[in-house]
Amino acid sequence: MQKNIAIKVENLSKLYRLGEVGSKTLGEDLNRFYAKLRGKEDPYSLIGQANDRTSEAKGDFVWALKDINFEVEQGEVLGIIGKNGSGKSTLLKLISQITSPTTGRIKAKGRIASLLEVGTGMHPEMTARENIFLNGAILGMNKKEIKAKFDEIIDFAGCQLYVDTPIKRFSSGMRVRLGFAVAAFLEPEILIVDEVLAVGDAEFQKKAIGKMKDISSGGGRTVLFVSHNMASVKSLCDKGLLLEEGRITAYGEIDDVLDKYLLTTVFDEQIKIAERTDREGSGKLKVNDITFFNKNKEQIDKLFIGDTLYICFEFDRKIKEDEKIALAFSIVDKYNKQLVLWVTDELCQQISNCTSKLYFKIDSFNLRASTYYISYQLAFDKISKDTESDKLQKAKQIQVINKKNNDNGIIPRELSLSYMPIEIIEKFE
Amino acid sequence: MSKQWDIIIQPKRSVLDINLKQLYNYKDLLFLFVKRDVITIYKQTILGPIWFFVQPILTMVIYVFVFGKIANISTDGIPQPLFYLSGIIIWNYFSSCFSLTANTFTGNAGIFGKVFFPRLIVPLSQIISNLIKFFIQFLLFLTVFFYYLSNNTVNPSYLIILLPLLLLIIAGLGLGFGLIFSSLTTKYKDLKFLMQFGVQLLMYATPIIYPLSTIPEKYQFWIKLNPITHIIETFKTAFLGSGQLSTNGLIYACVFTLITLTLGVLIFNKTEQKFMDTV
Repeated sequence: MQKNIAIKVENLSKLYRLGEVGSKTLGEDLNRFYAKLRGKEDPYSLIGQANDRTSEAKGDFVWALKDINFEVEQGEVLGIIGKNGSGKSTLLKLISQITSPTTGRIKAKGRIASLLEVGTGMHPEMTARENIFLNGAILGMNKKEIKAKFDEIIDFAGCQLYVDTPIKRFSSGMRVRLGFAVAAFLEPEILIVDEVLAVGDAEFQKKAIGKMKDISSGGGRTVLFVSHNMASVKSLCDKGLLLEEGRITAYGEIDDVLDKYLLTTVFDEQIKIAERTDREGSGKLKVNDITFFNKNKEQIDKLFIGDTLYICFEFDRKIKEDEKIALAFSIVDKYNKQLVLWVTDELCQQISNCTSKLYFKIDSFNLRASTYYISYQLAFDKISKDTESDKLQKAKQIQVINKKNNDNGIIPRELSLSYMPIEIIEKFE
Repeated sequence: MSKQWDIIIQPKRSVLDINLKQLYNYKDLLFLFVKRDVITIYKQTILGPIWFFVQPILTMVIYVFVFGKIANISTDGIPQPLFYLSGIIIWNYFSSCFSLTANTFTGNAGIFGKVFFPRLIVPLSQIISNLIKFFIQFLLFLTVFFYYLSNNTVNPSYLIILLPLLLLIIAGLGLGFGLIFSSLTTKYKDLKFLMQFGVQLLMYATPIIYPLSTIPEKYQFWIKLNPITHIIETFKTAFLGSGQLSTNGLIYACVFTLITLTLGVLIFNKTEQKFMDTV
């Protein structure tokens, strides 16, 4: 059986200008025009570079998307994931015809409706009834279609009582529900959804996800879905597309793509500890690296709540036996708030074979799901400013993830943050 | 397997590729926009649609006082209120069409950045909702007109049937200029300032507070270069029986409008593909 392709994207690229647009454009435009007259290439488009936010820009332009190729079958739900600034929204904007690509083309069968925002164009002074018609029409429905769906929309949004009330009197949550309801009853062949489910209460999010499932499975419609909520991407999508710096780095079954995303993202943004320059202390003894291991002694950068965690400090040289090392390290959150602190004195006197590596074990790492950092202070004899040898804030990142994929994003209960037993491991491996 | 694509998105559309069928498919949206504009303008005001009348009446009173009584500018024997009112309502229609259309891209960037529909719908809806506003003000004009008609101080002619054509030209001009300006302001924001006082100045280059006949011969050429001059003069000839109707002038205005409108639509069509990146 031949595949029925709903969207085909070929060599799609999008070039964006860096810096201020319009500061010297008139002169440039004339320059460009002159080059065109002489049949030369555009003098300003030659310096495109990869979209890497962390490095300083070299040229004036950046490829927000570069050579994107993929196909989506009819009835398929494609999840598009990637870090902030990886080009997800640009891709959606191109597909929904908000801006046009620099090169390449997109072919699609049927109507495309995009839901990059809920309730686009709704007017606060108008009633819910009027807004349903207006919003529906903006999204591409005609009057007849909206009329036929009107009762269902009102029902789904749950605002029967307020049909003839101006929506400026609505709570923001109600407005979102109304906006989503209109979009949910759109009947385009291709639906594009961007993160809009991040709003609304848990009950409504469930309803929305359920509705989107119906749309794709029951209606045979194609959905492109962008979200940072991995749980909803996982439950909703069949296929996944991972974008990094404007390029596709993974494309295939959603589970594989998600795995790849979760594996690659954290380490990317970290500078190696050995290369950090913001450290303090005399530097007699320095930490070269900090690594984490799970209970199977496999190296990790994330763990589930309550898992066993091994932390390894690797120093830049072997520790001498008469050196009295004191190490204090803490887990801080992204705002640098200290959550757990351990202080250990005379480290090498506690274990027999002290090498350049020290291992610690935490039986149950009980912090709620989030991203944490480890900060440390290394000194001789006792932790103090005078004896300090090495100190680094937010040296390494570790991520705690929920054990179950809670698709409604319930925040796990807060656990005792002040105390977590730790022991030094004499023999690792 | 059928390889018929309904939508093909490419880097550059041809200049002449204007999707009229798509525009037609969105006709319901056009009317909903018009409805939105009309019903929300005076929501939560006490006087409501009466405001449509207040503005031209007050402007007329001021004009009668300043230009008629103080400056003593001739009105060619036409009752002053009627003379100014006819100029004001036509000028209002042009200037609101122009300035609202010119604001299309910058004013609607929020919507345009989130959802696709033929962008031309927005300026078209402005033209229509302003036409409604014009007709409401035209009622006011007719009231004053019939008052003076019963006094036999004005003598209208069969040229009144030209009114739809005049409105079409005005709308076309406002739309055409608006589209051009709207497209250019996405990149060069300077034009916004130029436009603001440009419209005001242009009003003085149009025979609204003075009749064309009072202009010295050597300046007449310049005033007649302004296509709106011919509209106003034709309108005054038709309804008030005093004005300089010239067939050539009217043809000139038509041609001028057609060129401006075509140019505007072409530039607009080209801008709408990329403007989100520059606005």
